[in-house]
Amino acid sequence: MSGTRIIMYREALNEALREEMESDPSVFCMGVGIAERGGSYKVTEGLLDQFGPKRVIDTPIAEASITGVGVGAALTGMRPVVEILFVDFTLLIMDQLINQAAKMRFMSGGGSRVPFVLRTQGGIGNGLAAQHSQSLEAIFYHTPGLKLVMPSTARDAKGLLKSAIRDDEPVVFLEHKLLYKTEGEVPESDFSIPIGKGDVKRRGRDVTLIAWSNMIPKALDASKELSAEGIDVEIIDPRTLVPLDKELILESVSKTEHVVIVQEAVRRGGVASDIASIIMEEAFDYLDAPVRIVAGKNTAIPFNLNLEQSCIPSKEDIKGAVRQVLYSEKGVNHGLC
Amino acid sequence: MVSKNQIAEMYRQIYTIREFEARCVKLYRSGDIRGYFHPYTGEEAVAVGVCSALREDDYITSTHRGHGHFIAKGAQLDRMVAELFGKETGYCGGMGGSMHISDISLGNLGANGIVGGGISHGVGAALGASIRGEDRVAVVFCSDGATNNGVFSESLNLAAIWNLPVIIVIENNHYAVSTPIEKMSRSGKLYQRAEGYGVEASNVDGNDVLSVYAKAKSAVELCSCGKGPIVIEADTYRHAGHHVNDPGTYMPTDVLNEYKQRDPVIIAKKYFLERGGTQTEIDAINSEIDSEINSAIDFAITSPEPSLENFLQIVELS
Repeated sequence: MSGTRIIMYREALNEALREEMESDPSVFCMGVGIAERGGSYKVTEGLLDQFGPKRVIDTPIAEASITGVGVGAALTGMRPVVEILFVDFTLLIMDQLINQAAKMRFMSGGGSRVPFVLRTQGGIGNGLAAQHSQSLEAIFYHTPGLKLVMPSTARDAKGLLKSAIRDDEPVVFLEHKLLYKTEGEVPESDFSIPIGKGDVKRRGRDVTLIAWSNMIPKALDASKELSAEGIDVEIIDPRTLVPLDKELILESVSKTEHVVIVQEAVRRGGVASDIASIIMEEAFDYLDAPVRIVAGKNTAIPFNLNLEQSCIPSKEDIKGAVRQVLYSEKGVNHGLC
Repeated sequence: MVSKNQIAEMYRQIYTIREFEARCVKLYRSGDIRGYFHPYTGEEAVAVGVCSALREDDYITSTHRGHGHFIAKGAQLDRMVAELFGKETGYCGGMGGSMHISDISLGNLGANGIVGGGISHGVGAALGASIRGEDRVAVVFCSDGATNNGVFSESLNLAAIWNLPVIIVIENNHYAVSTPIEKMSRSGKLYQRAEGYGVEASNVDGNDVLSVYAKAKSAVELCSCGKGPIVIEADTYRHAGHHVNDPGTYMPTDVLNEYKQRDPVIIAKKYFLERGGTQTEIDAINSEIDSEINSAIDFAITSPEPSLENFLQIVELS
């Protein structure tokens, strides 16, 4: 296609950082191993050479304080992009993120702004076990004062990271470790994607499948196979969970009248449950079947690869849930009880 | 040599903080001010000595016991009282209160309800200034209690490896809420921790405004020529409990009396008189401040409550 090229998700992120640093001298990056090594997933590769050590900063493993340093710099006119290696490690920064960054604007009565991006990545990898595989978006989703972005494609990753850096509020930018090497079309020209706008990843008539991050490729695979069964799936990728593009979701639901929500994170207290409750409250009359959620098991992620896979939604799980919401409409009980 | 005018200004600020807290505590007891209120009474010379060495565009990060820091950094008393009242005209429009009072335009990044929560913010402000190539320092006020929190060590190390113009002022008032620092630190000399990070540090009599000022001035100069960060431990003592409702019965009377003998107000006044100041001039300063505080309180009382509309606009609920 003219005007685009195929690049990897991590390359798209790299371009976003590079372009924003070129256009705005207040943007800088800091994190463990991001400068000389170029980041564990190579997202910051080459930035040190171009922008120098003042703006591409290697830090000690001191998550709480490097986040706080970002908050302090943001309060005083900078636009820091702080990288935390794994979302699991963000549990060390919760004071800075939740008590400080998220509340500064509020506590100051609007006088303080924290234009701060926290980049991190979550989800299962390939046997990384319980402390390096979590999907913790619900924590950020739950916290007033944070925006939450979870891109699933290279294009979304670039366009949304640029918007996140330009945003005047703290943004948690949650990447997925299994997406870094995935490829996708990204415009050649300068572009950005507004935070708060979802995307239809596949048009369909029969059922609305809501998913994000690494559940999108799985949802696309499942929908291809379901189309062979005559089921036409519409896939909605909110892309940003906060703010959530409710209009896009409700519009799709009003058309398809059936909903499946897929999240890699554990089921209990998850974002999927909240989206389901929004649909129940705002689109109940459109629904022909109960909303179904396909989610991770309420467990830590085991090391063993087979067990690991069993803890998160599979393509078959997604297909099964889609069939269930559709068949229940016809009064067929496929084990719903 | 600090001039008569300079010490007059320091005395004025110390007296202002003393009276501000005294009057606001009364308003707390009468129910006009609510929430948590941690008076700075007894520690005034630390904030005033340090902030007297700063420029207007330097940064500070403050603590839950932060009224003194902000007054010393140039806050208007009327907007401060209004914030303690939760009124719309307060520094934070009534949304922050005592523990979160801030004004970036005056260089105060904020008081903080989390012990140690603001330390890294000061490091970040200094980092930003250094990236921009500006000659500014960031002063981090923190308590003896905060030095036992991991973020103190992390942030000190970050400031050290990046040679940042940060001055960490440990206000050692000897109590973390009610726990004596002597029981929570083996050496009791908190500034010595900095040595392990390769950071220059020393202690000072925190009740003596000129000693504090001299230390702070030298720290600012060192920071300006790239020798930051610097740690200063200021020895001081609260004149009362942790907050207004804490009678502080765990504080030994003899120790409290010793510190009251070395009251920051008395010491500052002595310095003023030594430089040719007179009691009449002191009385004039006091009465001017008293009436300023009266007006500030009237301002707060007559200010409107914040509107729900404005609140919702600020938080932009989504």
